[in-house]
Order: sequence, then C-alpha cells, then structure tokens
Amino acid sequence: MSEAKLIRPSIDEIKSLLRVERLPHIWCPSCGIGIVAKAYVEALLRSGIPPEKHVLVSGIGCSSRMPGYIKIDGYHVIHGRAIPFAVGLKTVRPELEVTVFAGDGDLSTIGGNHLIHAIRRNDDINVIMINNFTYGMTGGQYGGTTPEGSRTLTSPYGHIEGTFNVPLLVASIGAPYVARWTVLHYRQIVDTIVEMFNIDGFAFLEVISPCIIYTDMNRRDAISLMRMFREQSDIDHKADLRNIGINRLNEETRFVVGKFVHRPSESYQTKYRRLVEKVMKGG
Amino acid sequence: MNNGVLKPGDYFLRGNYACVEGALLAGCRFFAGYPITPSNEISAMMARRMPQVGGSFIQFEDEIASIVGVIGAANGGVKSMTATSGPGFSLMQEAIGLAFMIETPIVIVDVQRGGPSTGLPTQVGQGDFIQTNFGSHGDYETVVYLPNSPQEMFDMTIEAFNTAWRYRVPVIVLADQMIGQMIEKVSVPPYDEIEIVEYEKPDVPPEEFLPFDFRYEVPPFVAAGDGYRIHLTGLAHDERGYPTTNHEIYSKMLLRKLRKIWDNEDRIMEWEEQLTEDANLIVVSYGITSRSVYKAVRDAREKGMKVGIYRLKTAWPFPYKRLREMANEGKDILVVEVNMGQAYRVAKQYVPHDSIYCMPWAPGKVPTPEAILKKIEEVYRA
Amino acid sequence: MIRIPNRRIPLNVKRVLRPVGRVEIDIELCKGCHYCIEFCPTGVLGRSGKVNKQGYEYPIIIPGKEEECIGCGMCERICPDYCIKVRDFLYKPVIEEGI
Repeated sequence: MSEAKLIRPSIDEIKSLLRVERLPHIWCPSCGIGIVAKAYVEALLRSGIPPEKHVLVSGIGCSSRMPGYIKIDGYHVIHGRAIPFAVGLKTVRPELEVTVFAGDGDLSTIGGNHLIHAIRRNDDINVIMINNFTYGMTGGQYGGTTPEGSRTLTSPYGHIEGTFNVPLLVASIGAPYVARWTVLHYRQIVDTIVEMFNIDGFAFLEVISPCIIYTDMNRRDAISLMRMFREQSDIDHKADLRNIGINRLNEETRFVVGKFVHRPSESYQTKYRRLVEKVMKGG
Repeated sequence: MNNGVLKPGDYFLRGNYACVEGALLAGCRFFAGYPITPSNEISAMMARRMPQVGGSFIQFEDEIASIVGVIGAANGGVKSMTATSGPGFSLMQEAIGLAFMIETPIVIVDVQRGGPSTGLPTQVGQGDFIQTNFGSHGDYETVVYLPNSPQEMFDMTIEAFNTAWRYRVPVIVLADQMIGQMIEKVSVPPYDEIEIVEYEKPDVPPEEFLPFDFRYEVPPFVAAGDGYRIHLTGLAHDERGYPTTNHEIYSKMLLRKLRKIWDNEDRIMEWEEQLTEDANLIVVSYGITSRSVYKAVRDAREKGMKVGIYRLKTAWPFPYKRLREMANEGKDILVVEVNMGQAYRVAKQYVPHDSIYCMPWAPGKVPTPEAILKKIEEVYRA
Repeated sequence: MIRIPNRRIPLNVKRVLRPVGRVEIDIELCKGCHYCIEFCPTGVLGRSGKVNKQGYEYPIIIPGKEEECIGCGMCERICPDYCIKVRDFLYKPVIEEGI
C-alpha cells in the first residue's frame, strides 16, 4: 500500500484563503454559492497571481456576500453598482485582478445599465454572475432571469414576464469571453475562471445555481434541481446563443453550458493607457 | 494648457476650469462624470487634461456609475473627483452614503442650477444647500465648501481634497452656474505655499491591521492591492469591517464616524465677516449671491444703516457659532439666497426666531443689489 | 474489494492497485444538504440519522462501504459548506489474497 498526494488544492489550502472565523457562512443549506466561492479560490490559487493582487467587488444579495468570506481585498458596495466600482478601481490600478461576484438580480436587473456599458467599453474586469432565478436574500421575488410560470413572492399567480438570456445579451454587445456552467460543473468553473483572469477585456461567466427559496415555492427541492443539472445539461461550446435561454424550468429544459465566446480583445484600460502615453509624449 | 499642472502665476480662468486646475494641482488623477449643464466644462476640461498629467478619465453611462466609479478609484488610493449639477447630484445620494460608511475620500463638485427637477439648466440656482448634507438616508456628515469666485473654485477644490483625505469623508464643492461660468483672475501661489494632504500607507503590519480601528479618530486609509486584505462593506460593521447587527458595537462605530466631523467642526467650518461689529442687521449669503450682497450692504451703509456681511464659506459644518453670538447680542439676521429659504432654515435653529428674516427668491436670476437693498431697508425699519 | 467472476485471472492481478479514499467530515459545519450523498459515484455516503448542534442531519460513510471510496473528491468539490474532504487515499490491490 502506498500513500498518494492530492494534485489539486485541498480544502485546507482553500480554507487558508477563507475568513474561517466567519464560518459557517450565512447561505442556506443546499445553496450553490458556497461551491462557486470555493471554485473561485481554487482558480485564484492556480492563477499564478498572488492573492494580494486579487480584488473582489460585489453588490447586494446572497451571492454578493461572497467577498466577505474570502481573505483578499473585498468591497461590498451598493445594489447593482459593483461594476462601475470595479471599473473605477481597475482603471487606476491596472496591475490588480478585479473580479465582480454578484447575482442575477444585482447584475442584470438593477445593474443592467452598468453591465451593458461596461461590455460596450470592454472594461478589463471579470464578472461572475450567479443565476439562481430569483432575488433570494429578500425572500424570493422575481428578477430578470426568473423563468416564466414561476411562483415567486411577487408573482404568486405565476410569472408572466419574459426572461433575459444573459449570455446572448452579453455576447451581442461584444464581450470577448462568455461562458456558462452549472454549479455541478465544478472543474469547468475553475478552469474558466483561470482563463478569465488572462483576458484583457470583459470576461463573463454565468453559473446556474440552486436556491432553496426559489425551489420551495415551485414545489421542487434544491436537490431535484441539482439532478436536473446532471441529467438535462448539454455542453456545447458552439451553441447558437439565441437558443440557450432558460425560459421555463421543467423536465424538458435543456441547460446549455460551455465556453461560448473566447476571442482576442483589447480593453478600454489598455487603449486609454496607450492614449495617455501618446498625449504625454506630445502627440 | 500644456502637460503638467499650472505653474505659479496669474491666469484668467473660467470658474469651472479653475476647479479642474485646482483638482489637478491637489493630485487628482481620476475623474468620472456624466454630461450635465452647467458642469460640462469640468468634464470637458478633465477629458483633455487627464491624459496630459498621466491620469484617467471616464465618461460613464450615468451619474450613479460616475460617483461609484469615483469611490472605486479612491479605494485604489488615487484622488478622485466627479462633477455634476442638481439632477445628477440627486442620483448620487445613495453612493454618498456608501462613501461615508466605508470612509472613502472623494470630492464632488455640484455646480447648481435652477430646480427642482429639470428646472433651469442654464441658469443659476442655490437649491441644493440642504441636500448636500441630508440628501442620503441615515445619519452621516459631509463637508461642503461654498466658493464665490473662480479663485475660490481653485482654492476650495484643493482644500476639498485635503479635507476629504484628512478625515476620510465625501466632500462637496457647492458652486453655482454663475461662479462656474464666470471668467476672472485666478492666482496660483508658489507650490510650497499650498498644503496638500497625501495618502500614506500605515506602518501597522497587515495581520494586526483593523480597517475601522476604534483607537483612531480617523483610522488609517489603505488602498486595494496594498497587501492588507481588507473587507469593506456598506452594511453596519465592526472594527474588522465584517457585517454586524450588534447594537452596542454599531452605535460605537457610527458615532466614531460622525465624530470625525462633529469633533472637528471648529477646524473645518469657514466664514467671512465684514462690518459686523457695530451692525444691527447681518446679511448672510454665499456663492454668487454674496457678490450682490457686498454692493447692497455698501449702499445701505451709505444710507446710514448699520449692516454687516456674513458670508458662508462652508455650508456644512454650518458656521453657526458667530451667528448665534451676534444674534444673542441683539442683531437681526437676513438670509439672502437663490432659493426659498434653505440656509435660512438652518440658521433659524441657532438664533431667536423673531430676529431672522428670509428673502425667498426663485432660481434663474441672482437678486440685484437694488432688490437686496430694498429688503434690507424693509427689515431694518421693522 | 472487487469480485472477479470465475474466468481467466490476469497473472499480475495481485499487483494492480486502486485508490481507496478516506473521507473526513466536519459535522458541525454541515448544513444537511446531502449533495455529497447524492453525487458520490460509488454511493459510499449515507444519511446518519443524527443531527449536529444546528439541527442539520450530517452524512456518514456507510459502514462496510469504506473500501468502495475511490477518492475522487466529488463530495469535497460539491459541498457548499467546506466540511467534507478526502483526507488522503491509499492504494490497495484490486484483488486481495485468497482468490
């Protein structure tokens, strides 16, 4: 018999980058945010960039509580405004690796305007959006990604609004890196985040996650949603983004995941620095 | 204008441009803004000057992104500023509360116009006075400067940065359309005569560092990426910066943040007095209105009325002490401003109610010296 | 341990090793979501029937199934509460002596 060494960061190494004095965290049992937080830390350890150079920025909501548990510089700002904060910070400190970590409501609903303009400018930030189809922290209201027909606190008779297909939205404005996974695709999430750190431009990842507040109201428990992720996901990097929207949650839903867009890019910050250099030389 | 900041000397500058030059001299190297009259000259000048001094400029999609972007850049350790007018300033209120809560030094220039709502975009107003310290929710304090000339736009912008970085609070330069757009002589003093407060990393090692240490009146500021691994949140928090709902801890924390200004108000408040010793009536004003008041008071004196001038140079902390003293000596107060009585409402708290008078004036035009003189006569006779 | 039916047995079978993981559970941090139980590929984990101080039912390694853990770490990856890990794993022969 012989002992073997683990070849990826162990949970103890990951915990060395967590604020363990604050554990257990506030997320509900079966919430997927803890899994993505772990994946982010693993990606950070694999990125080759020291933890002092990583910064997390978040808005308000359950997903936005994540920076409070990670032992790196973190800014928990106001609802929907994580992206402009991150943009301002990155512009003056280009050597830092700035990641926005927030939920679907914070980023695509109240923060929608900032999202589309940061993509249009191609700001050099990473944005990880946890999509649990609801505003969980406030009790389970509907948001921009809530599937049709859902029962939520503010759609007690069934949700009649349409939903955002966020990867399509993000890609259509021109983001150079767009990916989507479910929390079950842990290894892929880690690999994606490591890739995102190396993009000079707007890198976007949507992670579909179970929220027990949402699933309880739709007569399904969180673990059944996780089983749906296992049985009903398709990894298709070449998917036509127009067809990957999650409009209804039922036995026929296909979760199309993968790395949809990955192309060369130059960020606003890089172009601006070049402009400054030119002007200062007298151009 | 060329590369680098203005050299010492005399210049003929528009108020808004003087503000830009003052900011650059103070070390501002990040500006974010959104177009709004009458502050557009500030962003236009910043767009041109920032690359010349090696700084950064972003025109964001709205004022909310601008102010939050400024807070983000300030947390990177860089002096940052935004400029706007009434409607944009209203949008910025939530973020001002955030800047106060996480004690981030920022400067906001509000070039007031006629209000409320869309109001009079190209014409003067002074209707944001109370909003500058009470526009956001909850208890907080800002410091607000009231320039009345392009020279003061220059000087007070520098002072605004100093106050912001010394006390870690949001500071507002509350100008108005006329001061912002008038062109006057601005003298830039020799650099060794200008005080500039800089950010210095604390010498506490990261393991022992607490971002909101109770032992300090103003805890040392650390920027992102400096190795301190801090967590700042807009939630009620404790010394470590972690969210807390403990009432005792948060009471202590909130009071500590407020006392930065309350305990230093004598050092921060500024005002200018003229001809007050023998006056029976004191005319309080600020900004562009103070120009009309100077002439009106001189005319009143010529007519034999004993009138004095009390010009506010900070709106908050409100310079109440001398005002209260003079009112208790039996002097009457007349507050003249381009609004329906905002500084008036504040001053009223500090003086006997029957000794203070207001001159409601709708925005769009500044009261002429004749109009003010007429009011002075009316009040004086009473 | 894996049972091989009565067929030709490879000559080196006693030298072939497979990983056997040893799983450690921090029962106080567990929130009873049971993802580890659901997603363990060899079904090594099960419900304990007992609760921790917070009232959540934590998992246990089903008695008798310890050897079937292959140390894949899926439980460690999928746990949202950082309370289960593969402490280490050993290599054991696929076939024990006596076949």
